[in-house]
Amino acid sequence: MDNTGRMTTFRGMEETRDILIVGGGLNGPALALALARKGFSVTVVDALPEMVRKNAAFDGRAYALALASQRLLTRIGIWERVVENSQPMHEIKASDGRAGEGPAPFFLHFQSAEIEEGPMGHMLEDRYLRRAFLDAMREEPGIRQVEDRVIAQDVDPSGVSLRLESGQTLRGRLLVGCDGRDSGTARRAGIRRTGWDYGQTALVCAIEHEKPHHGIAHQFFMPPGPLAILPLPGNVSSIVWSETHDSAAAINTLSDKDYLDILRPRFGDFLGRISLKGKRFAYPLKLTIANRFVGERLALIGDAAHGLHPIAGQGLNAGLRDVGALVDVLGHAARRGEDFASPLVLDRYQEWRRFDVATLAMATDVTNKLFSNDNPVLRMTRDLGMGVVNAMPGLRRGFLREAAGLTGELPELMR
Amino acid sequence: MQAAPNTVDPGEVAKFEAMAAEWWDPTGKFKPLHLMNPCRLDYITRQIAGEFDRDLDAPKPFAGLRLLDIGCGGGLLSEPMARLGATVVGADAAARNIPVAQIHAEQSGLHIEYLHTTAEAMAEAGETFDVVLNMEVVEHVADPLAYLTACRQLLKPGGLHVCSTINRNPKSFAMAIVGAEYVMRWLPKGTHEWNKFIKPDELFDLLEQAGLRPVDKKGFVFNPISWRWSISERDLSVNYVTASLRPV
Repeated sequence: MDNTGRMTTFRGMEETRDILIVGGGLNGPALALALARKGFSVTVVDALPEMVRKNAAFDGRAYALALASQRLLTRIGIWERVVENSQPMHEIKASDGRAGEGPAPFFLHFQSAEIEEGPMGHMLEDRYLRRAFLDAMREEPGIRQVEDRVIAQDVDPSGVSLRLESGQTLRGRLLVGCDGRDSGTARRAGIRRTGWDYGQTALVCAIEHEKPHHGIAHQFFMPPGPLAILPLPGNVSSIVWSETHDSAAAINTLSDKDYLDILRPRFGDFLGRISLKGKRFAYPLKLTIANRFVGERLALIGDAAHGLHPIAGQGLNAGLRDVGALVDVLGHAARRGEDFASPLVLDRYQEWRRFDVATLAMATDVTNKLFSNDNPVLRMTRDLGMGVVNAMPGLRRGFLREAAGLTGELPELMR
Repeated sequence: MQAAPNTVDPGEVAKFEAMAAEWWDPTGKFKPLHLMNPCRLDYITRQIAGEFDRDLDAPKPFAGLRLLDIGCGGGLLSEPMARLGATVVGADAAARNIPVAQIHAEQSGLHIEYLHTTAEAMAEAGETFDVVLNMEVVEHVADPLAYLTACRQLLKPGGLHVCSTINRNPKSFAMAIVGAEYVMRWLPKGTHEWNKFIKPDELFDLLEQAGLRPVDKKGFVFNPISWRWSISERDLSVNYVTASLRPV
């Protein structure tokens, strides 16, 4: 998008693209597709071969996509590719619980009938989403994919260069790091991170169960950490379950049978008999936020900017919000003829997202501290709090819209 | 008309590069212009798109339009217009701005013709344009009517003239002179003389006397909380912009 229009230019033998994206996971492809649709030329670099990223078999990883995220995926042509494999979430039940006890007398019950926008979210397996992204990118003429490892990046007044392991050099006007919480793009730009360890590990697996889940998601707040049961198509649910690092490490070494014996009493028998399906995963819960989301000809999105506690499945949703915000900012800049990689333009993205992310980080942190606790006073407070929220439809709708990702300043792609 | 040199003395390049960096530093000396620029560009691009029936979502929407940016400075408006496909001439009465703007355009990979000249001299030479941008200049000239007449002569019949300036009232005195020059120190003291500011009705009269047909006026309003400028239909009390056409 330079003086020669929205096409690639040649600088000797080097082709200058509008945007270079490092990271071909989920946020990277989403950004590439959204930008290509706005007329930007995009190159996506990932060290992992496409075949590996495609991840065809069921492995139990799944995302709770908020309504706002689903809208973005619809606009970039992804939702139509995955909708038949998605599971709508019609209700969310949140309650306080302790292993071996029934639910507390007060609980929160959200139904999608309370907001006008339809189901409050959808569950979608990782494998379907990745495959849809890779297929869509291949069909998009504005996107070039490169399987290579970045070894160096350089910025100069007219652009940014990436040196690759193969010896090839890529040239672009703007670099976007979508390379996760250990972002090499951020590190090479000298952007430091702030973070802390929650002392917890999330255990993730999928289970098959005897009785139908009726599209209801459950969240139990237990002393060691929250347990979420999220519905997948059929009689299958995704389980996200937090334990202290030590117990998680111990649980993780157990056989499938012993693992299930520990899991089973934690959510009771309302789904009937359960068995493990797919693999077991363990993710240490750490919050890591980049000190800056932008640099010279550089923007960071997703976990590269902010890796949050996944207590409410907000990681991918927050990343897609970054995508929406960055596309808005770059698109508007290009429409008015601004240099979209200038600090003035990139600062608009950072300003927009930093506030949202700080709010979310604080909210998830406080929620987790309040709930991961066996202090009787706190327990009573939160039981009462949930009872109050549940009794007040207005307040409940507020929480619901927040969970659906419909609050805050929404990017165009999410409206 | 004195054309700018095509080559710059190598010994001067470093100096001009530093000056270009200064012009384009959003937190530097020209911060107020950078803050206002998105708002100015939104107005200009919409007016051009409307007048010449161009689609801003298309690549290079202003291709084929010849545009003059009077008082181009470091090229803050010229570059976006060139990026949108217009054939741009930037003119500035200050000679030192010309190589500065040229160097920055080269760094941006843009082709723009920058000239050290005045509107009157260009009109005399018989130059014509589809669009004349006349942003924050008219309040600095000695004879506004003669100047605007030259702007009209520079337009092809049916051409578009976008002219912004500052209103004259107690509020504009407080904001533009006391606020911008003394309190915020955004502008050097003495940048503006309040009695040279022009009320919107006076500007419309002047435009008509110069042979232009005014078609639109809007305010540019600064919000001190969000630190953003926005376009206002009603509030023309300080900064405002007008669009006028040279009748066919």
